[in-house]
Amino acid sequence: MRIDKHPILEFPKRHVIFFMFEGKEVSGFEGDTIASALHALDVKIFSYSTINHRPRGFYCAIGNCASCKMIVDGMPNVKTCITPLISGMVVERQTNKGVIK
Amino acid sequence: MIEKDLIIIGGGPSGLCAAKTALEAGISVLIIERNEHFGGQLVKQTHKFFGSKEQYAKTRGYDIAQKLLSDLSDFSNLTMLKGATVVGLYSDNVVTALVENKYIRYHANAIIVATGASEKFLAFENNDLPGIYGAGAIQTLMNLYGVLPGNQVVMVGSGNIGLIVSYQLLQAGVKVKAIIEASTKIGGYKVHASKIARLGVPILTSTTVKKAIGETELKAIEIVSLDENWKEIQGTSKVIEVDTLCISVGLTPMHQFLSMVGAQTKYVQELGGFVPVVNEHHQTSVNSIFVCGDAVGIEEASSAMMEGYLTGLYVTEFLNVKHPGYLKETAYYEKQLSMLRDGPFGTKTRVGLEKLKEGYLHAKS
Repeated sequence: MRIDKHPILEFPKRHVIFFMFEGKEVSGFEGDTIASALHALDVKIFSYSTINHRPRGFYCAIGNCASCKMIVDGMPNVKTCITPLISGMVVERQTNKGVIK
Repeated sequence: MIEKDLIIIGGGPSGLCAAKTALEAGISVLIIERNEHFGGQLVKQTHKFFGSKEQYAKTRGYDIAQKLLSDLSDFSNLTMLKGATVVGLYSDNVVTALVENKYIRYHANAIIVATGASEKFLAFENNDLPGIYGAGAIQTLMNLYGVLPGNQVVMVGSGNIGLIVSYQLLQAGVKVKAIIEASTKIGGYKVHASKIARLGVPILTSTTVKKAIGETELKAIEIVSLDENWKEIQGTSKVIEVDTLCISVGLTPMHQFLSMVGAQTKYVQELGGFVPVVNEHHQTSVNSIFVCGDAVGIEEASSAMMEGYLTGLYVTEFLNVKHPGYLKETAYYEKQLSMLRDGPFGTKTRVGLEKLKEGYLHAKS
């Protein structure tokens, strides 16, 4: 969900960016981070914990806590809350500690 | 190796202000910022600041960030890196950073660590469910990216951040069902609390969250009342349906780089946790490394800015370069800082700073 009306802030129309999430094409806006684009699509689960497979979302949104880590273009442990969304990115939920191919 | 006179780690309010006074003395400065923007957390702060005009009062946070940046626009010996993460700090004044995925080494005669703070967390059952976010995270999501965290929120913590973010949630059209506070008293300024109360949001004191409920995402929370010993009162449990729980239980300084160089730290509860031990010139126990802003104790952004200006000045003295207005400006900013810390809300900071001072004397003896 996006904010459409705000008493102080203005959110002007931005270019739509298409990217892949879990094998499906979805879209966000220019200026989004991966995390903000996913959250706007109501995606709150970003990964599963390695041992108990508990769902994990973001927590701090400024790159401190690493709760938002995902696999981006094959690279694991990417902090999606501070990584700008780029057209054509392939974003996947991470379920392990991360394997660099 | 890239050489500079001064490297500042962190381009938030404190780091930007430190850069300004240091640059005025003619030295070369490099600011390294992890995020894609400068100004730190000011960029998402839509509220107007308190204090006096000199401390940017009555100005909204994001406008202050713009002002601090424009103050730096005329200096030719300033380099600003964004989207660059410092990964190492060494006691021979080497700083290593990942810049566009390349590992780069820098060296300077002095280093200022202005890394700010991180949000504290709270222990309760199921606290890892998606939908449970830090207050700062929600502010970032809404005010920077225009994305709503959810539809129905409970805020944990009634300090100024909790109160201000609750108000900002209401502004964005989110239902704030309650603000809960474990202590017997509301933590933040009365003016903020009254504003929220007028909008019909209950502020429940002596109340905490016992557990979060939900399988894959947050669906509800269970809250309980606490007695004077912070113990749960049986029979007071209530379930509130929410899709978002906002945790605002304080901040803790990000001092980790200082541990990499063996700088002494001390646990000072009043300043938010472990803080680097510094002298009155914001110098750590490693002579060439200075620290300012929330990284050396949690305060308001206004104090972080005044500390930044001061630390930039102190560094010029350490480097034996002449700042044109050294005496006048240090006196001025020291006065501003003590004014900000004056009064009942500054008591905690003043107590914390006294404890920190004892730590420095101990470190030097």
